[in-house]
Amino acid sequence: MNASVPIKHTQAESDLIDRFEAAKGALSGSVAVTALREAAVSQIRDKGLPHRRVEEYKYTDLRAFMKSAAPLAAAADESAVKAILGGQDAFGELERYRIVVANGAFLPGLSDLEALAGEGVSVTSLTDELAGEHGAQLLASPKSAANDGVLALNTAFVQGGVVVKVKEGAEISRPVELVHVAASAGGQISRSRISVAKGAKLRLLETFAGETGNGEINIVFDYDVADTASLVATRLIVGQSDAARLFTSIATIGAQAEFKSLGFIAGPRFIRNQQFINFAGENSNAGIYGVTMARDEDLADQTLIVDHAVPHCNSREFFKTVLDGRAKGVYQGRINVAQHAQKTDGEMMTQALLLSEDAEMANKPELEIFADDVICAHGATSGQIDEDLLFYLRARGIPEDEARTLLVLAFLAEAIEEYGEDDVTEGLEARVRDWLAGH
Amino acid sequence: MLEIKNLHARIAEDETEILRGVNLTVKAGEVHAIMGPNGSGKSTLSYVLAGKDDYEVTEGEVLFDGQNMLDMSPDERAAAGMFLAFQYPIEIPGVATMEFLKTAMNAQRKARGEAQLSIPDFMKRVKEAAGHLNVSMDMLKRPLNVGFSGGEKKRAEILQMSLLEPRLCVLDETDSGLDIDALRIVSDGVNKLRGPDRAMVVITHYQRLLDHIVPDVVHVLSKGRIVKTGDKDLALELEKNGYADYVDAAA
Repeated sequence: MNASVPIKHTQAESDLIDRFEAAKGALSGSVAVTALREAAVSQIRDKGLPHRRVEEYKYTDLRAFMKSAAPLAAAADESAVKAILGGQDAFGELERYRIVVANGAFLPGLSDLEALAGEGVSVTSLTDELAGEHGAQLLASPKSAANDGVLALNTAFVQGGVVVKVKEGAEISRPVELVHVAASAGGQISRSRISVAKGAKLRLLETFAGETGNGEINIVFDYDVADTASLVATRLIVGQSDAARLFTSIATIGAQAEFKSLGFIAGPRFIRNQQFINFAGENSNAGIYGVTMARDEDLADQTLIVDHAVPHCNSREFFKTVLDGRAKGVYQGRINVAQHAQKTDGEMMTQALLLSEDAEMANKPELEIFADDVICAHGATSGQIDEDLLFYLRARGIPEDEARTLLVLAFLAEAIEEYGEDDVTEGLEARVRDWLAGH
Repeated sequence: MLEIKNLHARIAEDETEILRGVNLTVKAGEVHAIMGPNGSGKSTLSYVLAGKDDYEVTEGEVLFDGQNMLDMSPDERAAAGMFLAFQYPIEIPGVATMEFLKTAMNAQRKARGEAQLSIPDFMKRVKEAAGHLNVSMDMLKRPLNVGFSGGEKKRAEILQMSLLEPRLCVLDETDSGLDIDALRIVSDGVNKLRGPDRAMVVITHYQRLLDHIVPDVVHVLSKGRIVKTGDKDLALELEKNGYADYVDAAA
């Protein structure tokens, strides 16, 4: 009984199907990759964009939001990219290496490839790799993300990205900034694989610059953290933008490994930041942190699934959201503990601070536990600025606006401080102040 | 310095009247104690003076150096030189104590048109004041009042008072929750701030604080009114006989 009734496509869905027909000759890939792309487009054709009747997208109706789909962005002009990079200072003076992806494709000319090679990091183009023998493996999705609509959109249209490999035992001395530049309007679809080999340590910064007009951004980060390796990924998405911002992280964590991430979001009109974290080896730790700010009619969604598929792993999920105006915040977090994943320790907390009467937060923490010897906890709170705290600060001479700012900073600081990485996060206070000042 | 005339105030939410015509004049250099039974309006008076908007003034006026204080926001009052030492200092996770002190001191300086403190100058002031009050650097590194014991919170309040150098200090049951040693440290800190240009209003339930901070004038507040005024011996009399006489007198 699977004779499905064809759905009536929205404008955006028709645009996407047309976009695929127009672009497919230019989209790279082996035969297997092309088959994956075709299957992904079929999913869009058959099921449409993810919408509120799909449980995972109940609060984040991409189908209703996306009125149209722009063509894919053309290849970036290097001088335009340079100009944008010159104007962005996401991490200020922090010493770091840079890898540039522009309009969805790797730009080796502006990346610090030589210095990275010297530290044991190789960087190749995803576009090239997709055409190779193992190309299809680079588009594999984890079980927990099967049939995910945003991931399917990425698979169908992925233009490029990078494959970064950190060699065994290498400890990279500086953070590596993977900066994504939109040098012109249009859809910007990329995917990057970051592999950190045994015993290696990498701190990654993920940043985004430039305007895409009505083109969506859809980026997948696929992390492979080998046994005893460590990866820390700080994602900074700041500034206003009208079109959808869609981010997916996939992490596979080996044994005795460390994975930590922070998703810092301030400003986009519509954003989904989703993460699929999978423990594949024992005695590993993951810390997933989120700091989200949204105002006006913004929608900001942080969604994650942490799969404790093996025993003896710890995960900590801590998310903070500040909402103003008529903004809507979404947190969906699920910890799955498989039957044999004994001694799992999972602790999830999501807290929202509502600065206006009309702001709305959907907090959905979930635990799905099949093992019987685990420690798992979850909590969710939503509240307003505590008037007693505000009065205390004002009674000491701090004007009301500054007192409110201090309290918002204090609220967010709890997650940022627990995340640590002080050199990377020290500039975030200024970002929060920018956002509070309406920028 | 402080003139309170026929002050009436009620709880904004349910309109319960708490202060029913308080009259009080405190001159520079004086220390006044306000005593009274539970529920007499002592804490309400301190909150109304500081500008908490849970309370609504329905009648009367409060002049601070001749200026109408009721028109000023809490931060304006603070910058003008008013300080309330809270009965229950608030814990503020995520705000480092040092950062808070610097922000408060500089905000007041800015409001008064004074230059911002340099970091070394600020540090010197904090270290000196903290030393007198037995406040450790470890405490100052923690978030404001978070995890402080009752005594530590009260010492932190007096530390703030010392650094902000207010001209009018209102101490709301500063002795509550203090053991004998902490009471001595806190009282010494307060006494150090006594001076000809500064006025203090010490609100307390018990006489024992007044052994340490000896007042010039003692008032008894009952049912929202000052029903008796005397010198420090009045406090001793209250300690002996209780408030019963005055509660009835006010009724």
